[in-house]
Amino acid sequence: MSKKVLMQGNQAVAEAALVAGVKVVAGYPITPSTEVIELLSRKLPAHGGRFIQMEDEIASIGTIIGASAAGKKAMTATSGPGFSLMQELLGYAAMVEIPIVIYNAQRVGPSTGGATKPQQGDIMQTKWGSHGESPRIALCPSSVEEAYNLTITAFNLSEKYMVPVVILADELLAHIRESITIPESDSFEIVNRRTDAPPQEEYLPYKVDDTGIPVLPPLGGGYRYNISGMIHGDNGIPNLTPAIIDKCIRRINSKLDKYYDDIVMVEKMEEEGSKITVLAYGSTARPAKGAVKMAIENGIKVDFIRPITIWPFPEREVREIARRADKILVLEMNFEGQVAGLVRQTIEGEAEVVQLNKISGLPFYIEEIYNQIIKIDRGEK
Amino acid sequence: MSKLDKYLRLDQFPHFACSGCGHGIALASMVRAIDKLGLNQNTTVMVCAIGCAGRLPICLNFPSIRTPHGRALTVATGIKLANPKLKVIVFMGDGDAAAIGGNHLIHAARRNIDLTAIIAINEIYGMTGGQYAPTTKPGHFASTAPFGMIEPQMDACKLVEAAGATFVARGGIYHVVELDKLIIKAISHKGFSVVEVLTNCPTQFGRRNKNSKPSEMIKNIKEMTITKEQAEKLPKEELEHKLLRGILVEKERPEYIEEYDRITNFKEEVSLK
Repeated sequence: MSKKVLMQGNQAVAEAALVAGVKVVAGYPITPSTEVIELLSRKLPAHGGRFIQMEDEIASIGTIIGASAAGKKAMTATSGPGFSLMQELLGYAAMVEIPIVIYNAQRVGPSTGGATKPQQGDIMQTKWGSHGESPRIALCPSSVEEAYNLTITAFNLSEKYMVPVVILADELLAHIRESITIPESDSFEIVNRRTDAPPQEEYLPYKVDDTGIPVLPPLGGGYRYNISGMIHGDNGIPNLTPAIIDKCIRRINSKLDKYYDDIVMVEKMEEEGSKITVLAYGSTARPAKGAVKMAIENGIKVDFIRPITIWPFPEREVREIARRADKILVLEMNFEGQVAGLVRQTIEGEAEVVQLNKISGLPFYIEEIYNQIIKIDRGEK
Repeated sequence: MSKLDKYLRLDQFPHFACSGCGHGIALASMVRAIDKLGLNQNTTVMVCAIGCAGRLPICLNFPSIRTPHGRALTVATGIKLANPKLKVIVFMGDGDAAAIGGNHLIHAARRNIDLTAIIAINEIYGMTGGQYAPTTKPGHFASTAPFGMIEPQMDACKLVEAAGATFVARGGIYHVVELDKLIIKAISHKGFSVVEVLTNCPTQFGRRNKNSKPSEMIKNIKEMTITKEQAEKLPKEELEHKLLRGILVEKERPEYIEEYDRITNFKEEVSLK
């Protein structure tokens, strides 16, 4: 039977990670994510898992990569400065195709910024913060209940596609408490990575079948192979011949393409004849939805779209709204408009992108979004 | 075919190390130790990172993982947390262990987690072309110390001892039989064990310091070290420029994961119900 409970965002992530089957958690305290490691440090042993507080965030992500390479589901939780420190190993995990889950409760940056205030400033860092190019999946929950569900999804996608998955929340969601409905834990689909490797004599770790996803049995579980962050051939051994470099980079960066429909999630609300679309994600989507509702009640037709998956970016869905809309209002708690830029790049001028950015550490209010919608509707911009 | 061939990825030979490099002697010593101990080749995991010492273990036929620079111990910690039954051996150079990964070395030692760290010290960054390391002696030259090294030399053994390592030893590639024994002891030890192996780099260190003959460099390792027992008989002045060889620390302290499992009443694989 499902149950209704009052839960904090961070708590939901921790509880859901246990349901997803996390077995090793390593972390370093940082506001506003710390409750995740506090809770997991208490609960993991009874769930057959181990927690360790490492000396820094670099060590934390290194530890979960090691644990996952040895076959266990592993995660860490962090925020801005810690996430910055993890970038090198985040790229490493993507390169060697070891699944990990990172929870990042975004806080005001840059630098120490503001530990107790929300921001949505790590969108670009999540994808591009590590050197070179490598794949990621990033999910943006907008409610505590969704944080719970998406944490399980994060582990599933990570295991399925052998890729790091980042849960991109923000301080607001991390610390808000809401009543949420949790289904029976066995009603969730739990995905575990493939183990059907061919026998050792024929086995090459990075030789992929039609799925494009490698099968990497637990290190120390019977197979002898090498994992290396250096460009490698099918055998996992460093190799810098031009054809191998080309193949290696091309494969890891395109392996998620054919799984777009399984990975990319958006929420949409469409109004017949609407020429304005509001796009918001994460906790910003809550007041955005309120403002859209208010606009509709007042006779202004507005569509709403919320990317739940932010990486890979929902290009198809955004292109589709650009065909309907004249103007797309993108709401973000950051200065530059990181997602607004992605929208512009995606729609290539097919609609006008209007930005509303809030960087005061306060959440958006329904009224300020509503007022912006009115301005756009009147052509005032 | 040697009886040790099974421990090698023979297709990786000849390996990339320069002629006269001592790292191969250190690596061979480790392989002999593993053989002597009869460790299971499938459940002994090699962890290494970057640099000459960081790349060489790929030549070995074990489950192996090569991490970003300095992070070998963190990845090894994760492997051990996931599966404490595995033997995990970390092979590092000066940079991995004492510079970029120095913080991890301190904390792995403090936790007394059951890993064996073998640190090949050649006092130079070889792979990148001869820059100075924290282990370069004052007065020596490197491509980034063209006027001579002015920083004092780091003693990794003293560092890990202070941090709480329960087994610390120093050996060198001149004293190979002794080195085999030290590595056997280190791997057999329960807890965090460290073996510092003094080795040579003729190409990057030797050339810049007017001593690039490998045999001379290896002999020099003999000159600059002294066993603990020999040292006890000599006056302090004569020990000033000598490094102690042999087992420097050997003590018992609860191992991290055993202690964790004990106090948390850890149970493997419990259902969520």
